[in-house]
Amino acid sequence: MTDAALEIRGLRKTYGNGVEALKGIDLTVEEGSFFALLGPNGAGKSTIIGIITSLVNKSAGQVRVFGFDLDRELQEVKRNIGIVPQEFNFNTFEPVGEIVVNQAGYYGIPRRDAWRRAQRYLEELGLWEKRKEMARTLSGGMKRRLMIARALVHEPRLLILDEPTAGVDIELRRSMWEFLQHINCDGRSIILTTHYLEEAEKLCRNIAIIDHGRIVENTTMKALLAQLDTETFVLDLREAPQRIPNHPDIALRALDPLTLEADIHRGQNINTLFHLLDKEGIQIHSMRNKSNRLEELFIRMTQLDGEHGKGLRAAS
Amino acid sequence: MRPFHLQEYWTALRTIVAKEVLRFSRIWVQTLLPPMVTTALYFIIFGGLIGSRIGDMDGYRYMDFIVPGLIMLAVITNSYSNVVSSFFSSKFQRHIEELMVSPVPNSLIILGFIGGGVARGLAVGLGVTLVSLFFSPLAVHNLPVALSVVILTSILFSLAGLINGVFARSFDEISIMPTFVLTPLTYLGGVFYSVSLLPGFWQDVSKLNPILYMVDAFRYGLLGTSDLSLTVSYLIILGFIGALYVFALVILNRGIGVRS
Repeated sequence: MTDAALEIRGLRKTYGNGVEALKGIDLTVEEGSFFALLGPNGAGKSTIIGIITSLVNKSAGQVRVFGFDLDRELQEVKRNIGIVPQEFNFNTFEPVGEIVVNQAGYYGIPRRDAWRRAQRYLEELGLWEKRKEMARTLSGGMKRRLMIARALVHEPRLLILDEPTAGVDIELRRSMWEFLQHINCDGRSIILTTHYLEEAEKLCRNIAIIDHGRIVENTTMKALLAQLDTETFVLDLREAPQRIPNHPDIALRALDPLTLEADIHRGQNINTLFHLLDKEGIQIHSMRNKSNRLEELFIRMTQLDGEHGKGLRAAS
Repeated sequence: MRPFHLQEYWTALRTIVAKEVLRFSRIWVQTLLPPMVTTALYFIIFGGLIGSRIGDMDGYRYMDFIVPGLIMLAVITNSYSNVVSSFFSSKFQRHIEELMVSPVPNSLIILGFIGGGVARGLAVGLGVTLVSLFFSPLAVHNLPVALSVVILTSILFSLAGLINGVFARSFDEISIMPTFVLTPLTYLGGVFYSVSLLPGFWQDVSKLNPILYMVDAFRYGLLGTSDLSLTVSYLIILGFIGALYVFALVILNRGIGVRS
């Protein structure tokens, strides 16, 4: 049996100001997994990542990366991890290529080999042409991609991305998704924290939700989404209906004269909806699933209040 | 488990040192040029204009006497300021995290920053020496002593700068030590005068200043004249290096200033 990419047991962190950021976290990320770690701001996600990458001292608990213990085998733990942090943390007065090559040097990779690797990842992320330019001249999206190239240059088995697509436009975000899926298919384990719940739903097979320093859910994405007992569809109509039909298993409501929203119980045949509308002479022009299913679960599990929830909905 | 091989340590150390050297070389107008200009002014004003009225010091022309002290002054301040500013700005911009997440041991991080500090200290020291040639012929009484003292002193103040950088939380805190401690100790460390000129009590007080021993030992290396025991000077320099290295290692291992 192979060791898990990440195994956390009883992890606690209390900061110097008395804030208890983690209250006993247990978490396992299997090798090869694409794992989402979700939670509202201040839930403890970045603290967990900080501890794994040894930028934050833990108060108690055990962390193992591919079987290597954080306390006893720190060098091996570090060698197996690549980190893309939330904030830009490179020297903006250094050329792009140097940043990546120097990082390889810290892992003991000779310079010639480091340049070869840097070329590979910078090319894949569309930055090779910028290698001689100072990092401060890059756009926000380019800076994020630079941090991904830097995190990969020593070819870690576990890549941790802390909100990698924050502030990145949709086109670039999708190309980053493709890249991450590609490297995950190559066998690299990935842990992703994000506020874009659509991103987590699209990319990740496993998910943990953390709230107030505790894991409130840890399962597969499929199993989590299966917890939803209703699914909501939005229907665009050709003409405004005379009346909105009633059905015991389908809740229909009008969003505007030409748009209906339908909540259908899990297990209910969707043909029932079509049949119901057809009987009333209501013609459907188009239909779509209301995004985002994961968002509904997330808000339910983290019991977000109105304002915070609105922020997340806007982001997703 | 694969240990970090010697070759990998060497590559990591070379990377840190090269990065540090490149950092101060890129901004040579700010880092290498000013000490030479300042020292040239010292030579003109103290050595030339005032020094000609002072006469001899310990049997040497005043201009010749202050050359070793001014070289050491430049080496000390530049070694210190290189490391303190580099380490603090890497903390401030958070790119110290590049090193902290990598498998480079803290001992190697310390050596890397020392390498950068010594490189700048020696580069500036060499520049000041070249400037001094316009004012005074270069005398080398004992090259191994002169070289070893200047390198060890540079190591010592690189370590001190690193410790300052680790504890500093603002740009103010990286200038407090050089302004209020380092500069006074250096000026009172026999750069411009022989400690034998002082009355007995102040001679004893001066001997509490470690920089006095470094300047004196270096002056011995160049001129062959000394107010203090060379052995004691070496012991003091090496003792400080050992103590500061251990202290720097302990604070980095505890994550002070770099970990939450």
